[in-house]
Amino acid sequence: MSATRAAASVRAAAVDPARRGRSLPTVVRHLVVAAGVALLVLMVSYQLDSFRNFQLATVAAYLCATAGLTVLTGLCGQLSLGHGALMATGAYTLALVQNAFAERGLTAGGLLVVSLVVAALATVVVGAVVGVAAARLRGPYLAGLTLAVAVVVPALTVTFDGVFNGEQGLAVPVAPAPAGLGSYFPHERWQLWVATVATLLCLVLLANLVRSRYGRSFRAVRDDEVAARLAGIHVARTQVVAFVISAGSAGLGGALLAVLAQSVSPGAFGLTLSLFLLMAVVIGGLGRLAGAAWGAFLLVALPDLTHSLTNLFTLSPAAAQRLEGNLPLAIFGSTLIAVMIAAPGGVQGLLSRLVRALRARWPAGRS
Amino acid sequence: MGGDLLTAEALAAGYGPVPVLRDVDLRVPSGTIAAVIGANGAGKTTLLRTLSGMLRPTAGRILLDGRDLRGTPVEQLVRRGVAHVPEGRGVIGELTVEENLRLGALWRRDRTAAARALDEVYQLFEPLARRRRHLGHQLSGGERQMLALGRALAGRPRLLLLDEPSLGLAPRVVAQTMALLRQLRDDTGLTVLLVEQNVRSALAVADQGIVMSLGRVALAAPAARLRDDADLRHAYLGF
Amino acid sequence: MDRFLFLTLDGLSRGAVYAAFALALVLIWRAGRIVNFAQGAMAVAAAYVAYSVTAATGSYWLGFGAALLAGLLLGAVVDVAVMRLVDHRSPLNPVIVALGLVLLIQAVLGMVYGNEYLPARAPFSRTALTVGGTAVLSPYDLFVFATVGVVGAALVWIFTRTAIGLRMRAAAFAPEVSRLLGVNVGGMLTLGWALASGVGALAAMLVIPTGLGLHPYAMDLVFVSAFTAAVLGGLDSPPGAVVGGLGVGLLLSYVSGYAGGDLIPLAVLALLLTVLLLRPGGLFAPVTARRV
Repeated sequence: MSATRAAASVRAAAVDPARRGRSLPTVVRHLVVAAGVALLVLMVSYQLDSFRNFQLATVAAYLCATAGLTVLTGLCGQLSLGHGALMATGAYTLALVQNAFAERGLTAGGLLVVSLVVAALATVVVGAVVGVAAARLRGPYLAGLTLAVAVVVPALTVTFDGVFNGEQGLAVPVAPAPAGLGSYFPHERWQLWVATVATLLCLVLLANLVRSRYGRSFRAVRDDEVAARLAGIHVARTQVVAFVISAGSAGLGGALLAVLAQSVSPGAFGLTLSLFLLMAVVIGGLGRLAGAAWGAFLLVALPDLTHSLTNLFTLSPAAAQRLEGNLPLAIFGSTLIAVMIAAPGGVQGLLSRLVRALRARWPAGRS
Repeated sequence: MGGDLLTAEALAAGYGPVPVLRDVDLRVPSGTIAAVIGANGAGKTTLLRTLSGMLRPTAGRILLDGRDLRGTPVEQLVRRGVAHVPEGRGVIGELTVEENLRLGALWRRDRTAAARALDEVYQLFEPLARRRRHLGHQLSGGERQMLALGRALAGRPRLLLLDEPSLGLAPRVVAQTMALLRQLRDDTGLTVLLVEQNVRSALAVADQGIVMSLGRVALAAPAARLRDDADLRHAYLGF
Repeated sequence: MDRFLFLTLDGLSRGAVYAAFALALVLIWRAGRIVNFAQGAMAVAAAYVAYSVTAATGSYWLGFGAALLAGLLLGAVVDVAVMRLVDHRSPLNPVIVALGLVLLIQAVLGMVYGNEYLPARAPFSRTALTVGGTAVLSPYDLFVFATVGVVGAALVWIFTRTAIGLRMRAAAFAPEVSRLLGVNVGGMLTLGWALASGVGALAAMLVIPTGLGLHPYAMDLVFVSAFTAAVLGGLDSPPGAVVGGLGVGLLLSYVSGYAGGDLIPLAVLALLLTVLLLRPGGLFAPVTARRV
């Protein structure tokens, strides 16, 4: 492609977003990709055993949270150490709503959609409150505030244990797979389908946002607040929007986790989870949705790997338990440190560099 | 004490891929004052930063009294007798006058010698003695100048590197500074290399004028020649 | 009224610990412009060292000393082996690395010692003495006040009266100029980290016997409370950290005493939110604007 034609097409694309002929509009493109992924997951779900289906569903749930977090921290530059608490908000909301439905005898499977939406909305509200406070803060103050949220929110389950049942948590009643799929349809496959649909919808929304005017505002605010303000961007509002959206997707992720585990307890949503999420997006690559996918995958794969590892050695049950609970954290922690020192761009950053290096060696055939 | 105290040979330095000093040769005889003058961007400040080790040269040598300074970390320079007063003077506002001065002499292991040096500085700069306990940021521009110089002198340096000592100061203070430099050279044999925008004041006190342009030394000549030879002045200094 | 007095004194005792920890945070902030989010985990690691030493030798005081030494050492090691390698240009990087350290340290402690609560003895009685019928301070509280007071005074003396303290302050305020004056700026920063970590270890040793026990996550809430105290006093102000610490201790004591112990986390969050929204610079924000 000659230089002038390339320049012309760039200009044209900037001017007319709904270009005919050269590429589809963003939304359609994203939906097509999502549909493709959904189809892929559908096929794969018949090949994998129940446990793997469950793990894949868990990856999907985490992906909602990591995608939201990478948009907030990577794109908009606001560090949040509290997304575990936001997942907890979504999870507990879903638990309360599902329990409320069950008490009233409403057991239709379709009501799950309502619960998920309510959970996401509840977390949006919490995210708005934190976001408004966070928008005025920078650097360590923001980190400290979100850290406080991460530490304190799980403790609230004990403070208000009439509602949240303290350390024991709540059970989450979930309707089984619809009768139409057959009575022997594995529950885990159904869980995977539900999680996949919810996550893909969430991702399409986020991907569109990233490419939209809002996405550009996020980046502008991250890179240079003063310049962004001079360009007419309302900095505080942009930051709150980023917070709110990432909170919503984190809440959805937490709600999905509650559906998968069919229970919620504060122990699952402590500070460690928030740090895990942060680690996942950093290692995956801050600011890129593909990086969020890597991160979510790591969050599930690593404990699984360490479990296999500890099974290789014959250990006393006590020692094995200690190792299993903590080895993933140790690996996560050291990986996080190593990545931040050696490759701040994360896995996706390394991949991008690799792709660019390869492209430099083998230039595209068209000219 | 004769001979060159400071020599730079084919010195080159820059920031990343951007070269600033290209091929600098200079000699400063011991006990003399050399003034580095030139337009903005000629590389004057970069030269001082390279000489004091804050910037690593990409080529060339720096010799202090015949000894190669390459590889000497910045922190060691004071021990070799080089004091660098950076642009803006570098007075530490959060510390008192006394603390600033003590810092200058801290590298000495001999406490009595350090205390004596401090006393001499107070004698030289009487206003500082009066404002011993004041914080650096409470001082006026002229007082900060005294403090920066006093702190440098507290280390009893052989070579004093000054970056734009006249910057932001009233003409009277500038004149006092220059007179002080001359006095120190005459009384103690101090060698001074100063970078200056204020060409007239610099040449009035200097023994040697080093004109820099585009990262090179365009001309190194006795200051008297630069002052008196009108054609030379026009050609290199524009006035 | 008795209760108020008791809560006040108890709050001051807690507050002294928060003050010490907040001081540690302020030390590192002033030296390197970062908040050491790993401070709590490092402090708890030192407490575990004390546990091992005490278990091996039977002496609390040997363990106490070992904890302080371990704190000093750990601070120096973290700065040299980790923080120096981090690109500080992005303000997120050191924070994320510190969080990685938190995960790593807590995990290693969990693997070595397990995640159960280990018993943490107090060296003195924790029963309050009575003066004229009113419960006042316990011997342990007095020990806390004495230790924090001594350490605080020692820090003040080091920073204001010694040559090395002068170098540390110069290195923190003006690193480039200090290098020209012969100060080993990197070394001073490491020393700052060591001192801060030692103080953090002291705080952990003082506070853990008053809680549920020794546990890898035992210092998490203390960190948040001390961070709140440091922000309340102003991250640049050591006296502010002390006042902030005492203030937070008092507040939490009153909340715990009058409203219930399980409201403490909420109270901390509410306080932090209030301070950050109203006066992010802290109550003692310094007059001179520091060049950012």
